[in-house]
Amino acid sequence: MAEADSKSSGVHYVQLSKHPIRFEPVSQLTNVFFDETNKQVFAVQSQGAMGVVVKGPDDKTNINFRMEDRGEVISIKFSYDMSVLAIQRSQKSVEFMNFTEHSDRVEYSQSCRGKTTNIIGFHWTALNEIVFVTDHGIEYYQVIPEKKTLKCLKNQSGQVNWFVWSPESAVMLLSSGPLGNIINPFHFKSGQLYKLPKFEVDLPVIPKPPKLVLHERDVTMAQIYGVLYICVLRHHTVAGKLTAEIVLYHLQRENPARRSCVLRLNMSGRFAVNLVDNIIIVHHQASKTSMLFDIKSGGESDGYVTFYDPLVPASPIRPFMIRAPSIPGQPGADGQKHELELYSPNWIVFQPNILIDAKLGYMWYLKLSLEPIVSLIDDKVKLIDFLLRRKDSKMVILKVCKQMMLPDSQASLPVIAQVFDLLNAGYREYLDKEIQAQVVVPSLGSILDHLVPYTGASESTQTMDNLRGRKAIIDQSDMYTHVLSVFGDSKNIHFKFIVATLVEYIRSLNQVFIPVQHYLYELVINTLVHHHCFYQLHQFLQYHVLSDSKPLWTSTD
Amino acid sequence: MTGKSPEKTPVSLVNFFVFNSEYGPREGEEEKKILYYYPPNTELDKKIKDVGLCEAIIKFTETFSDNPCEAMHAQKTRQVFHQPEKDFWMVLTVSIPSSEKEKDGQSYMEFHEDDVQDSVFDAVLKQAYRMFKLFMGSFQHILEKGTAQNLKQRLDHFFSRYLQTLKLNQSDILDVYCGIHFLPLDKNTYLKIQCLINLLEATFLQVKYTAFLYNDQLVWSGLEQDDMRYMYKYLTTSLFPAYMEQELQGGSPYSSSTNVTGGPSTSHYGKFVTGPPSLTEPQNFGKIPRIFVNTGRPDEECHLLVYRALSATVCMLIEGSFQIPFDFFKSLDSFLGPQLSSLASDIGEQYARRPPSTAEPLFKYVYFNYMNLAQKTTIHADSNKKTAGSVSVPPDIMRLIGDINADISRSSNDDNETIARTQTGDYWVVGKKSDQREFYVVINQKNANLIEINEEVKKLCTSHFSNIFFLD
Repeated sequence: MAEADSKSSGVHYVQLSKHPIRFEPVSQLTNVFFDETNKQVFAVQSQGAMGVVVKGPDDKTNINFRMEDRGEVISIKFSYDMSVLAIQRSQKSVEFMNFTEHSDRVEYSQSCRGKTTNIIGFHWTALNEIVFVTDHGIEYYQVIPEKKTLKCLKNQSGQVNWFVWSPESAVMLLSSGPLGNIINPFHFKSGQLYKLPKFEVDLPVIPKPPKLVLHERDVTMAQIYGVLYICVLRHHTVAGKLTAEIVLYHLQRENPARRSCVLRLNMSGRFAVNLVDNIIIVHHQASKTSMLFDIKSGGESDGYVTFYDPLVPASPIRPFMIRAPSIPGQPGADGQKHELELYSPNWIVFQPNILIDAKLGYMWYLKLSLEPIVSLIDDKVKLIDFLLRRKDSKMVILKVCKQMMLPDSQASLPVIAQVFDLLNAGYREYLDKEIQAQVVVPSLGSILDHLVPYTGASESTQTMDNLRGRKAIIDQSDMYTHVLSVFGDSKNIHFKFIVATLVEYIRSLNQVFIPVQHYLYELVINTLVHHHCFYQLHQFLQYHVLSDSKPLWTSTD
Repeated sequence: MTGKSPEKTPVSLVNFFVFNSEYGPREGEEEKKILYYYPPNTELDKKIKDVGLCEAIIKFTETFSDNPCEAMHAQKTRQVFHQPEKDFWMVLTVSIPSSEKEKDGQSYMEFHEDDVQDSVFDAVLKQAYRMFKLFMGSFQHILEKGTAQNLKQRLDHFFSRYLQTLKLNQSDILDVYCGIHFLPLDKNTYLKIQCLINLLEATFLQVKYTAFLYNDQLVWSGLEQDDMRYMYKYLTTSLFPAYMEQELQGGSPYSSSTNVTGGPSTSHYGKFVTGPPSLTEPQNFGKIPRIFVNTGRPDEECHLLVYRALSATVCMLIEGSFQIPFDFFKSLDSFLGPQLSSLASDIGEQYARRPPSTAEPLFKYVYFNYMNLAQKTTIHADSNKKTAGSVSVPPDIMRLIGDINADISRSSNDDNETIARTQTGDYWVVGKKSDQREFYVVINQKNANLIEINEEVKKLCTSHFSNIFFLD
């Protein structure tokens, strides 16, 4: 462990986005709210009388306005298209305000049902659809802005402790029971409310008398590799030592969510979870480090549950410079630059990859940089496997492959063979999908058949998105240009290794029925000719390892 | 010419000798010239006379031609000459088959001079030298390291056994070609074999060259063509048959289905053909032949370690200076055993899938490619072992093929075609050479005419050799 620590020290693979979203920090005058659905920060000054500054992911979602002070704002959220604003000021009702250009901005209100009912929170679930979560259940409404009224779509009653909402999958989890560990999942889809089988989160210790032990902060939802998981932080004692783990429950349509993965944190204290590029990032406040987990890398299975250790040693987020808070209203008077306090107690994380410091008025997106990870995974096969599943990893992969060819860092042939097989399996998959995409008309199945992903995009566009931008495809020309070209440049690579590597690559391509490009053959031929291995060359031709082609013959002339 | 006389004597070895004229230039020292003479119990006087006569012939013919003397025809014998290295001559004398005939009530011996073909015995002689060189190194190499006495010992050691194995009576066109049977294989399996060999050589750096065979067919050779040609000959005519015989008799200390390495390795079918017969007896290293190859540099000495699993054989040429420790065999076994076993069964399956050749074809053929030494024959049931009766056409047809081959070889033209018909009219023989490829078809069709035969051959070319192009 000590060795691993020294190895990872100074390595930062998690970083904050370079251009954070700035907003008015929390103060006596200013309340700050964050809407997970639209990813907008609301800085409400004097309950709106002094103005509301909304900052979203892009310019279209930024807006400034004023509203009347009608009491303390508990929560504030725009509808999807920002045409209706919902404001909660009491536990009994939510107020609405039409926000289109010519609207009069007269508020209209919707109270929850029952005298003793209190609203815990609300979320927009679709265009003009909103759900109130109360301590007695959920109320699902349609907002009709023209009539300034709401129409009830569905009700569902039951005791609720707290709830978690995932806008990406339109799934809401409600906690019930005295311990808080009975979870009722609901899926919202075009005015319909689908109740999914409830399940129980198992607890390490059941307190007596019973009290709420599973809290909202311990539960997050994450879409990992297209599957929706519920991540539950769990502290328990192993051999007298308090330690924590994150249990992933796989949410299913027909059956209760199933415990499928356990991430071993091997530490205790406060944790927060983010998801970047299908990697689960677990921040640990006490040690000021973050850990990475990839549920497709390794893991030991006991037949039911797979256990994971951190992919690489924990490491702190890369240091970030900020300017000292300037005096409000005087943006010109910039303070001194200084290092941001990382893992501050004022940090709040939101899914999937948002980090907010309300005291400083910063909102960042978390990013993963792949280069530092390269040096932390020694097993090249595991490394390439990991990188192939990452976004924008192509150049990193090619760099790793190139290193594997160079004398000082040369990999063994079996490793090279496995790496080639991985690259070409992905390449083949891409070719297959490309063919499919050309042939098959995308079908829009019931969303319940494909519970996730659901972001409004159809499955096929997601797939094509995966193909183009997300998953790295290493084709022959990439290999030739960035990796195999070292054979020509570097004089001290043994020719036997060169031929063996090239043949291995050709074998790997052939195995998945990818036609080999002539320039690879040329490379083999030139190497063999250069070392006077004419008989070997002839044997290759004889067995059609080097297939005849026009460019080939001209090159051998 | 019909060869139907049952009492015809076979071609047999009369004598065989190696000499160097420079070794005893003065009178009375002639004995020194003789490095090897067979039969060994010949009187010295006769040996000296035979050598002297050959010397004289060689000297005499030199005055007429720049090409050294190749063969001498006598009524009862045929002598072929070969100068493999400067001043070293090898001479092979064989008897001409004869049969008793009667004419006017008088019996007399008729000699069938045409039964013996220069090209065939020239090839036999050259092959004898190459086999010697494979196991002992070149004459020059031996002399560099030792004396003429050493050379004599080695010649004696080698040839006294080698000559016993010669089957002169069965020598034919295949000796002239001395070709290699390649295994037809799909690309993916071939690439897998390639990768295994690359990995083997990268893992065991002492392995300098590797060859891969399946049964008697070559798949891959890292050796140069000429080295492979004679090593292939040795493997397929000597080592493999002897090993198979031993296997059949159960002479092997451990049976093929169980592996008793004692280690934790899973069971596989691999074992050493040369090298330790059992990996549980660390004191028994078995026999590992040493051979000399010229792939990297001339006369490079190597251990020939042969490993086999099912029908697949890997021949590893290991640096001669390397003292192989017993653990080396063990790690080789655990590396090669499982992989080779699975490859071998892959290839076996591929073969099982292939449709068996149906009806007996109307024609038989011999094919040879000078470029890669690839050889194919349907005339010989078994091209390597040459068991008696394995040739499926009459001997005179074989000779006819040999004659056409000799004609074609003499011709300066690269492309050639000869069509011949036997006197009895039962057989047609078509010889064709195109580019570097040569092939002979024997068609047994009594009433065919030239045009029909020509058509037949064309059809054959397209159906059997479609991937090989003949320049028309």
